[in-house]
Amino acid sequence: MIRFIAKRLVFAIPTLFAVSIIAFIIIQLPPGDYLTTLMADWASQGGAVEAGTVAAMRDRYGLDQPIYVQYFKWITGILMRGDFGISFDFGKPVTELIWNRLGFSLLLSVLTLCFVWAIAIPIGILSAVRQYSISDYTATFLAFFFLAVPDFLMALSAMYIMSAWFGQSVGGLFSPDYVDAPWGFGKLFDFAQHVWLPVVVIGLGSLAALVRIMRANLLDELSKPYVTTARAKGMSELELLLRYPVRLALNPLISTLGWILPAVISGEIIVSVVMSLPTTGPLLLRSLLAQDMYLAGSLILLISVLTIIGTLISDILLAITDPRIRLQ
Amino acid sequence: MSIMKSTILEVQDLQTVFPTRTGVFKAVDGVSFALNRGETLCVVGESGSGKSVTARSILQIVDKPGRIEGGSVLLTRADGSTTDLAKLDPRGREIRDVRGKEIAMIFQEPMSSLSPVHRIGTQIGEALRIHFGTAKQEQRERVLELLRQVEIPRPESAIDRYTFEFSGGMRQRVMIAMALACNPSVLIADEPTTALDVTTQAEILDLIKKLQQSHGMAVLFITHDMGVVAEIADEVLVMYRGKVMERGPVERIFHAPQDAYTRRLIGSVVKLEKKAEVRLARKPAPAGTLPLLDVRNLSLTFPSGLKAVDDVSLTVRPGEALGIVGESGSGKTTMGRCLLRIYDAQTGAIDYRRPDGDTVDIRTANKATLEKVRREVRMIFQDPVGSLSPRKTVGDIIAEPLKIAGMKGRELNDRVADLMQQVGLEPAWRERYPHAFSGGQRQRIGIARAIALKPRLIIADEATSALDVSLRSQMLDLMMKLQDELGLSYVFISHDMSVIRYMCDRVAVMYRGKIVEVGETDQVVNNPVHGYTRALLSAIPHPDPRNRRIHNRFRYDSVRTV
Amino acid sequence: MTDITSLPPETTVSLDLHRKDMAVAGQWRLFWLKFKKHKIALVSLVVIVFMYLVAAFADFIAPFDPNAANSRFTYAPPQGLSLMLNGSFQPHVNQLKMTLNTESMRREFTSDPTKSVSVSFFVPAQQPYYVLGFIPMQTKLFGLTNPKPGDSLYIFGADRLGRDIFSRVVHGAKISLSIGLVGVFVSLILGVTIGGISGFFGGWIDIVIQRFIELLRSIPTIPLWMGFAAAIPTSWPPLRTYFVITLIVSLIGWTSLAREVRGKFLSLRNEDFVTAARLDGMSEVGIIFHHLVPSFISHIIATLTLAIPSMILAETALSFLGIGLQPPIVSWGVLLQEAQNIRAVAQAPWLLFTPAAAIVISVLALNFLGDGLRDAADPYESVS
Repeated sequence: MIRFIAKRLVFAIPTLFAVSIIAFIIIQLPPGDYLTTLMADWASQGGAVEAGTVAAMRDRYGLDQPIYVQYFKWITGILMRGDFGISFDFGKPVTELIWNRLGFSLLLSVLTLCFVWAIAIPIGILSAVRQYSISDYTATFLAFFFLAVPDFLMALSAMYIMSAWFGQSVGGLFSPDYVDAPWGFGKLFDFAQHVWLPVVVIGLGSLAALVRIMRANLLDELSKPYVTTARAKGMSELELLLRYPVRLALNPLISTLGWILPAVISGEIIVSVVMSLPTTGPLLLRSLLAQDMYLAGSLILLISVLTIIGTLISDILLAITDPRIRLQ
Repeated sequence: MSIMKSTILEVQDLQTVFPTRTGVFKAVDGVSFALNRGETLCVVGESGSGKSVTARSILQIVDKPGRIEGGSVLLTRADGSTTDLAKLDPRGREIRDVRGKEIAMIFQEPMSSLSPVHRIGTQIGEALRIHFGTAKQEQRERVLELLRQVEIPRPESAIDRYTFEFSGGMRQRVMIAMALACNPSVLIADEPTTALDVTTQAEILDLIKKLQQSHGMAVLFITHDMGVVAEIADEVLVMYRGKVMERGPVERIFHAPQDAYTRRLIGSVVKLEKKAEVRLARKPAPAGTLPLLDVRNLSLTFPSGLKAVDDVSLTVRPGEALGIVGESGSGKTTMGRCLLRIYDAQTGAIDYRRPDGDTVDIRTANKATLEKVRREVRMIFQDPVGSLSPRKTVGDIIAEPLKIAGMKGRELNDRVADLMQQVGLEPAWRERYPHAFSGGQRQRIGIARAIALKPRLIIADEATSALDVSLRSQMLDLMMKLQDELGLSYVFISHDMSVIRYMCDRVAVMYRGKIVEVGETDQVVNNPVHGYTRALLSAIPHPDPRNRRIHNRFRYDSVRTV
Repeated sequence: MTDITSLPPETTVSLDLHRKDMAVAGQWRLFWLKFKKHKIALVSLVVIVFMYLVAAFADFIAPFDPNAANSRFTYAPPQGLSLMLNGSFQPHVNQLKMTLNTESMRREFTSDPTKSVSVSFFVPAQQPYYVLGFIPMQTKLFGLTNPKPGDSLYIFGADRLGRDIFSRVVHGAKISLSIGLVGVFVSLILGVTIGGISGFFGGWIDIVIQRFIELLRSIPTIPLWMGFAAAIPTSWPPLRTYFVITLIVSLIGWTSLAREVRGKFLSLRNEDFVTAARLDGMSEVGIIFHHLVPSFISHIIATLTLAIPSMILAETALSFLGIGLQPPIVSWGVLLQEAQNIRAVAQAPWLLFTPAAAIVISVLALNFLGDGLRDAADPYESVS
């Protein structure tokens, strides 16, 4: 088991390295750099920039060096000193801007995953056990429907419904009073009141997919001979269902974490933009539009790293629950 | 019926049906029989006979949407009380109390019939928990005792292992231990040895017999193998398409069968007990002829390190059929595939003598030569489904090698028609797709494809294993007819000694990648020299209840002998 | 020996291949017969064909230019099209009466049943145009019979600039649906080539490609797309932006196809019937085209169909965020971007729900269709 985990960890290293390169390529893609954007801004506002000032800034940020040198500087800074560089747009170190938002992104994603799993498994089981019943058809149709509605559209519709039907404005994770308040019961309660809607909105798409997968897995398992064996032992139908086919159908479900997690994080980003939540989403969009490269790159890198860690955890979970993977 | 014989299970006019869109399919149609305490009743039939559904109907565990529509299943307990199991609610308490406690069941595929993610100890002990509420520690002790009873080595460590860590035979022992947990009075065994090799099968049959005697169980044994029936049955029930054809004591069924179907079934089994008549009359190939195929010191090691073929040498003479017999994992299929360079053997030589007298080493031949050789040396595959492309018509499949060889137009059409006729298929069926044919017909299509280019040698890999026994001899007869018509030689690979004895002139016995014995078939069968050959031959169930022998068989311990 | 305990199979959709008339039925006929049993998939096929026809003939179907503004009709509500008037077939719309709400300082529209204006089919267009880019046309599918200044025809309402939502959604279909097709085509080429190489050569090439695919799939798509899309200069011409966006959305789509192709290659390579063809002397290229491709083409069609909706959704998401397609291009994503302001939506919900319905219906239909195709992809699975 320890060997298995060690092997997975070693495998993750090249993946992380590749991800950092992709993140860096993305921030290098736009023609020009932040300074050209800045100059264009200043020029449009009628201000002139001295050539000397630009050259000095270029030198300071290392923007005139070859790309691989820039990458090397960037990545060693992160690994050695935890220095993600400077956000040009905000004029602050990137680390000051991101951790809080990253924390909320993570929290929102984990809450969404819990919600998705807690709902999808029972519905999937019900749908499979009562195959071709009204509840199965309803679940199937709703699953297809929610798979067809993009996250942001769901967010927009939810906001419209909340404001048009319930007269509530939706947005943020806290009421204005609590934004800067220290954590306490009041703030927690306020948070819970705000967070459920984004969680549902982000989760519905993945929920639908998971219901389909759980149903298909369970239908597969239900027709396996070991079910007959257990029945022949005299086990009651409910115990049998939960102890054998459901237990086995959960294994492939755990492995779906590998792609559910990226999907949830993607959904979280776009929904946060629509609902203006204090997570990485709006910050990433703004930094990309402003070509604030270190900020954007750091965000993409960290989001990807989070996902890879999540996948790693799902691999380990799968090994714990499935002896076939652990022992072979 | 004597007073000693008391009936424990009596099935009366059982009817089990599967509703389908086109109507109702009667899988079990009016089956009646009685099972006596301490006796073994064998239910025998070919695939589709409904024998398995009959067994499952007793415990009401027929797969959906099947259901029992009529009849009764009377269980009489030692205290004299009786229950009609067919009347109970299939999900209810009463039938669940019978399952696993009074009547236990073991299945064909021990791998898929056991859960892969639960430890075997848990699975065995479960019945104790369900029926007696046995506590954990006590459960474990009882499971260890059961594992000892079924002779699983090192029970203390085996109890915490998973199914995939065991071999096929050991898994079936686990299943048996599970069935015995609550000391049932009836054991239903649904083809428990079909997936096993013949030596393992003999061990499992031994074990069941032993446990039956020590526990005083009645055994209902489902099988398609008449040899197994003859070895173990007290009473026999012959089924065909959901109906009982005949039932009676094993002695009468084998030696004085009344029903036509039973007679045919036993006839086709007995026919395979000796050399084919057409072969008895044939003169042996003249000694001194140069071999058609001369394999020397052939070895193949897989990347995993497994030595699949280990220093194999053999010869095939013109016009002869050489059998290769061995159990699963013996390397016989791999060896056969090396002969056609489907796999590349690493060392050795495969010298093939072309019609012009030149010899070619197939192992090292270049592409052009190999292409020529592959027209003269052909292959018949085991799986009649997988070896025919489902997307091509039968005509196209048979025509493929001819087309590649350059034949076209009218000549091609006529040749395909001739070939179909030659293997016993209607030429008018050439536009049909493989899915329209039965297993036996599909194997004929495969044979037509193999002989299309008038080959000299055919490598037949388990060509009859996927077929029911009644079709098996037909297929062998066809292959022998073609051998005589076309002057063919065969390398006939099989795990089944009887089909080899039926048609092969010589036989080579393979064991763990090596050939342990080669000789004239009669010689090897009657006077085997090598210990493994003796063990293999003595483990084969013999379809004659008067001559039961597998319980006194010769056992070969490779560790000791090799 | 399998007994019949598991007969008949659990799934309803299987063919009885032993029926007499099935004997000479080839792959595509069986495919169709099996697909036909999926009623929802069949309906979806009709819907999809209809949607793509609308997209192809958008210029003919949309009564107005999608960018024609009319400041008089800011946020005009849908003027339901009625087909009957006084018991006879006489399509018409009721005109809108505009009042100024002095409190909120907003224009409010009410339907005026006294002023109904007749609508007819095949009316002359205001200016000649080309359908599909090359067929000159002078007629529109429908429009006001006698357009007078001040008359309006907003069957699905108008937006902030008084542009006709219906015409915009119809024109948007042209872009959004075609991005799906073009994107899938790019994915097809990438996926089949890379997956084919991976499955055919195996060994370390396979390992490298598989690791790369795993890597791509483990990164959340939205930030990846955002990063690439944000790099497109806003100064680029619309057509160029369109193609680059298509490329970006297919960047992820090809991976699932490559996996499918690789998996099929690997499993089929060792099938006995492929070995038989090799022994018959067929060349590797011959085997690929005679045996492998026919065996997995139906699976590819199903996978492709299922990939189209994710492409459509990707474009919509990017355009919605303002880093995909930009006005004046009209796509469903661009339309939704204009519905981002929740106050505007509260006042004119048709801004949101008309393009949303178009997206949901097409994605839903494509998913159902793909599901049906996938189920039918292997009509032989019940044979054993």
